[in-house]
Amino acid sequence: MKAFDSSMIKTDNLTYEYIRRDEEGNVEGITTAVDGVSLDITPGEFIAILGHNGSGKSTLAKHINAILTPSEGTVWVDGKDTSDEANIWDIRQSAGMVFQNPDNQIIGQVVEEDVGFGPENLGVPTKEIWERVEESLKAVGMYAYRKASPNKLSGGQKQRISIAGVLAMHPKCIVLDEPTAMLDPNGRKDVIRAVRALNDVEKITIILITHYMEEIIHADRVFVMDEGHIAMEGTPRQIFSRVDTLKALRLDVPQVTELAYLLNKNGIPMPVGILTIDEFTEALCHTR
Amino acid sequence: MSHQIILDKVNYIYGAGTGRETHALKDISLVIDKGEFIGIIGHTGSGKSTLVQHLNGLMRATKGNIYYEGRDIYDRDYDMKSLRSEVGLVFQYPEHQLFEVDVLSDVCYGPKNLGLSKKEAELRAYDAIKSVGLSDEVILQSPFDLSGGQKRRVAIAGVLSMHPKVLILDEPTAGLDPMGRSEILGLIKKLQKESGITIILVSHSMEDVAEYVDRLVVMNEGSIVYDDTPKAVFSHYRELEEIGLAAPQITYVMQSVREAGIPVDTSASTVEEALTELLRVLKK
Repeated sequence: MKAFDSSMIKTDNLTYEYIRRDEEGNVEGITTAVDGVSLDITPGEFIAILGHNGSGKSTLAKHINAILTPSEGTVWVDGKDTSDEANIWDIRQSAGMVFQNPDNQIIGQVVEEDVGFGPENLGVPTKEIWERVEESLKAVGMYAYRKASPNKLSGGQKQRISIAGVLAMHPKCIVLDEPTAMLDPNGRKDVIRAVRALNDVEKITIILITHYMEEIIHADRVFVMDEGHIAMEGTPRQIFSRVDTLKALRLDVPQVTELAYLLNKNGIPMPVGILTIDEFTEALCHTR
Repeated sequence: MSHQIILDKVNYIYGAGTGRETHALKDISLVIDKGEFIGIIGHTGSGKSTLVQHLNGLMRATKGNIYYEGRDIYDRDYDMKSLRSEVGLVFQYPEHQLFEVDVLSDVCYGPKNLGLSKKEAELRAYDAIKSVGLSDEVILQSPFDLSGGQKRRVAIAGVLSMHPKVLILDEPTAGLDPMGRSEILGLIKKLQKESGITIILVSHSMEDVAEYVDRLVVMNEGSIVYDDTPKAVFSHYRELEEIGLAAPQITYVMQSVREAGIPVDTSASTVEEALTELLRVLKK
């Protein structure tokens, strides 16, 4: 079976199990972290993945750049099967990954060295490395800091350096696993803005995992995971229209969505799935 | 006397004489009363973590005084060890500091270090484990087999088992899912209400502090810029934005509604307050 050419990422019945062992190494049981997930992501899409702690979303994400390979089923990244070891380096180049803690991802003493590290490892000629470093830092709005020492930067700035480092490897897709969990409000905003720009301007496929509901309103599609399954799928508006279902899955909606939902319950007719403040105000004016 | 902690012009300077001197705390004066629930917000590097580490003596002020229950903690004969057991500090990602083979032993570690007998330590640990809402089943499990939210509860229980009078939590909800966040914050609120523990919550979430704390301290570049109720602080949302913060989304919703000509009071800082205000105006 071959993936369609139009897929950036395709999974077919992806299942990932791991064996739990006690201290003596005896098998205690098997945990199924991802359970029969089939999805298809086309190039240039902005995908958000939600789910409570332990729902399987990080495990799913780690399959996209072959950190993990399926126990059952298949994952194709840019048409390449991740279970075939010969494909691993191609896959890691097409799908870059950014993690939660920026301090674990930065190794260089100077920002531009850190960003150049990836392409240098790929054997890119020196002149081109510097071009890539420049364009990557510009894309995340950190070019002014190219000569700075990473440990002098804020969390949000460090996280944008991590993203630039991935970008310099010219990936087709970037997976971000809770990139804003450790950041203050401004740092969060800057990182999300940079991620959106990569999607809008550079047409890079984005897969954003987050616990912050307001970060996903610009996604094309949202997957909600629960117990290793995809429990919900749809546009942000479709997802946020189902406030009760989300809450039952230990999730939430942005405050503006919740307020519209509560007004509705109290007899003020507001449309469901309000995403932005402007939409809210406009709808409210219509009820008068 | 109900003033529990008094900071009098506390300054902290690091790297003095290296040419890279940083003034991390500048003339901080703050009075904290018993049983308060205080939030501290500020962007990364604003000095909030440095400030809270002064409260239990982990960091020592370069200049200024700190009084705990009427005594100067920098007095030569002051018992710093007892201060650390009375002012408990839960660090960011506290689950990284779990290390024992089972939950009970982990939570016992603190009280044992206080010199309590094994039995006394276990009793306290059991109480603490119950008070954070963990079930009996987890007591003998390895802390590493628990979920993220459960691990964090174990870490908080570890500090509670020391019977602190003040509990400081540095971003206790980072990385938790929305339900996990409200469970942990609800638990902290319950501890404050039922046991009268003073709570100091360092947070990056404006929505959380608006919902839970009674008093909000805002730090910027080592100084306190606001110290008031959340409602009053968030009315300065423009000034907050200038220092890398913001108001909860709901405050902006109310602003927008008012700008559109609906005469609402814009001071709401929680969804519930906004709902009450909108219903009041719309149902007139």
